[in-house]
Amino acid sequence: MADIIKRNKALSVSPLKASSSLGAALAFLGIRDSIAMLHGAQGCTAYGKIYLIGHFREPVALQTTAMDQVSTIMGSDENVVEGLKTLYDKFQPALVGIPTTGLSETQGADVNGAVATFRKAHPECFKTAVVPVETPDYVGSLEAGFAKAVYEMINRLVPEAKKKGGVATNRQVNILVNASLTPADIDEIKDMVEAFGLLPIVLPDLSTSLDGHLDEKDFNPLTTGGTCVGDFEILHKASATIVIGASMAPAADLLLERTGVPDHRFDHLMGLEAMDRFILTLHDLTGRPVPKRIERHRQQLQDAMLDTHFNLGMGRAAVAADPDLLKAFSDLLAGMGCELVAAVAPSNSALLKQVFAKEVKIGDLQELEKFAEAGGADLLIGNAHCAASAERLGLPLLRAGFPQYDRMGASSRCWVGYKGSKQTLFDLANLLIETEQGAVEPYRSIYAQVQDREGESHGPDQPHAHFGGWHH
Amino acid sequence: MKQSEIAQLLDEPACEHNHKSKSGCARPKPGAAAGGCCFDGAQIALLPIADVAHIVHGSIACAGSAWDNRGSRSSGAKLYKLGLTTDLTEQDVIMGRGEKRLFHSIKQAIDEQNPEAVFVYNTCVPALVGDDISAVCKAAQQRWGVPVVPVDAAGFYGTKNLGNRIAGETMVRHVIGTREPDPVPAHLEREGIPVHDIALIGEYNIAGELWHVQPLFDELGLRILGSLSGDARFREVQTMHRSEVNMMVCSKAMINVARKLKEGFGTPWFEGSFYGIRDMGIALRDFARLIDDPSLTERTEALIKREEASVYARLAPFKERLKGKRVLLYTGGVKAWSIISALQDLGMDVVATSTRKSTEQDKAKIRELMGDKTVMLDESQGARALIDMVNDTNTDILIAGGRNMYTALKARIPFLHINQERELAYAGYEGMITFAEQILQAVESPIWQAVRAPAPWQKSLNVAAAE
Repeated sequence: MADIIKRNKALSVSPLKASSSLGAALAFLGIRDSIAMLHGAQGCTAYGKIYLIGHFREPVALQTTAMDQVSTIMGSDENVVEGLKTLYDKFQPALVGIPTTGLSETQGADVNGAVATFRKAHPECFKTAVVPVETPDYVGSLEAGFAKAVYEMINRLVPEAKKKGGVATNRQVNILVNASLTPADIDEIKDMVEAFGLLPIVLPDLSTSLDGHLDEKDFNPLTTGGTCVGDFEILHKASATIVIGASMAPAADLLLERTGVPDHRFDHLMGLEAMDRFILTLHDLTGRPVPKRIERHRQQLQDAMLDTHFNLGMGRAAVAADPDLLKAFSDLLAGMGCELVAAVAPSNSALLKQVFAKEVKIGDLQELEKFAEAGGADLLIGNAHCAASAERLGLPLLRAGFPQYDRMGASSRCWVGYKGSKQTLFDLANLLIETEQGAVEPYRSIYAQVQDREGESHGPDQPHAHFGGWHH
Repeated sequence: MKQSEIAQLLDEPACEHNHKSKSGCARPKPGAAAGGCCFDGAQIALLPIADVAHIVHGSIACAGSAWDNRGSRSSGAKLYKLGLTTDLTEQDVIMGRGEKRLFHSIKQAIDEQNPEAVFVYNTCVPALVGDDISAVCKAAQQRWGVPVVPVDAAGFYGTKNLGNRIAGETMVRHVIGTREPDPVPAHLEREGIPVHDIALIGEYNIAGELWHVQPLFDELGLRILGSLSGDARFREVQTMHRSEVNMMVCSKAMINVARKLKEGFGTPWFEGSFYGIRDMGIALRDFARLIDDPSLTERTEALIKREEASVYARLAPFKERLKGKRVLLYTGGVKAWSIISALQDLGMDVVATSTRKSTEQDKAKIRELMGDKTVMLDESQGARALIDMVNDTNTDILIAGGRNMYTALKARIPFLHINQERELAYAGYEGMITFAEQILQAVESPIWQAVRAPAPWQKSLNVAAAE
């Protein structure tokens, strides 16, 4: 059980936290033909949009209610109504998400009231679902905002089932996924679920919207893929719900309450143990044998564990990530005997107590650096902001989490499943190999007759005279 | 190389095996041979000399599969890491252009790399077609004024061990004794610490492990004149004949060098090891004993006392957890007895050891250490037999060379890599800590449970089938 050390300083230096509004926007990006409109100042959207675009390398549908001095003081309801109407007139979206921001929450904006006004004033827009979600950036972080948006979507779009408990014979399964899963992760999860003959509905499904594919259409103002809004209405017909990520628990509870579909919850899908439990669940759900291909991938992961344990077993990692992802890495590393010497999360969560580390710091990257140095870390895991920390510490960095704006392919990186776990182990081990982990510092004897040094070695640029004494 | 010269090298009076047949210490058995060839042996013995251009004269397989593949480290010069080969083509072979290509290759190496010396390694093809590499080397040396040394150890001459000896013989004949040592600089003369010159033979600075030991020699005033060949420089090897004592660090590899330096210069030598606390102390004491300087003896004892107290204290938590753990030792090049003593220092139980490359004297030492429960694996065991042995003896960890690593892992057996390709330094007192850490990490890794247990659905399937 890890001790949680809460924030104990005034200034956050090199913050790790991405806002909950941004997390909510990310969740809406996984819904087909939708757009999120942040209720706040223009900057609330503009900054987040830059991160999202840089991370996914995709155009990102994101709008703003563009609060200004007048609406901030006099009330911003009109901005919401006007924004909704504008979006409807221009794009007829299937869904508009309205994450609030620090500005609108502090102002005390009544978004629900504004949406009601909009409905009354514009009945012609009835086809567009509207989902407000309270995500002031002073509460939680990206992961929490994402989870909250999914909660609100379920709240608004999933009707109370007449007959609860799901349909055991149906092949449909609902999958709730958390913010840490990449489009490639979701693809992998769907593949595994489909391999058991099941038909997954993923909430929200980033794998068909932000997977970085070249569309035939030359311009899309809305999301081009993702979960269909209509799918929310059939969730009660599933035989089971699979929940990935502890942060999704409130959303899962609500879905269970509405539909009664039995659910199976997983903290994450990284590493042999977590994956075995996941596959066993699918096996038990369907009564089908585990496909040979999946068993093969399991054996490959076991082999990768053997191959990498020499390096990872003596590893000392420092991880900075949102709670769910931090827990996933903690389990993966602990399974390899790799010590987690520094663990930093941007916001608290009950899950953090279960991280395999002496303590988890709620804080920033300055603290990550401090803990990593004190713990003698030889490797960092974290988002692109950690690159500067890694450089200062002279340590290699495995980029994980959000954002990763300084590298390509963040969305096609698969971390979960037997395959994704295998690749992660290889990548971690390779970073350690490159640092010549455990290497002895070169030592030249004080008495050595030839005192050459690194960099002064023989080469074309350093002519030297041959000393006499050579005879034959 | 002439047959008579090879026969002479095989007749090694200092070797315990010498009374046996002279067909090479052990004639490789076609179809069941393991280990490298004569060229391999010669090259690995000399490659660590860091400021030399090592040119492999032959077709690509010899250098192509061998360069930059050894764990020997240098504290400065990096030239030895460069793969240099004449890369003979079919035309070179048919038209007899090999010698000419070699001559030009030596020039190119000297022009581009500015080496202290050039070593030219002969290989099977040029040896067969009759390239006279000695003549080429001599001509090149005269022409460009850089030492060019022929190492005539083509693969078919014999075993890797013979290659080691040819390498040693070449150094004795062509390099050692060609320069007098530099005087010790005045600023390094310390009050009460007279400087004595020593040399190491058969130490390869694998993973930089010599650097764990070197500071202790510096402290004691022992100047390593030269080494064959870990972290060595050509100019140092040239002066090794002036050493007061030579230490043979790897028992068989270059025993002929120690013997010839004794015959030629009267230098006493002893066989020792830097692995394990006991052997480390014995090695330091042997230097003091043979140099016979009372001040050195006194300082050596003080140093050993200090280091042992420190290392035993640091090892205590490891010993606690390793005590009684069972080891099967299956080493190739590194001396079995030396590792056994290190393992015993950790309180571990050595259930069996291979002695494939050990001398008679080594085996006697092993018996002495392990007592009546000695299990020696004398023959070259196949992988199957090795795994069975591990299971039969209820072994906790297999310590062996890289060749057996993946065999062990596939059989889900904890494993520690000990031979020359390893990446960690185990020599000296400091190395002992690393050694203990690594064993503990291998034995206690959580992965064993994960890779040994069946998949959970297999369990449920079995239960279902049983019902």
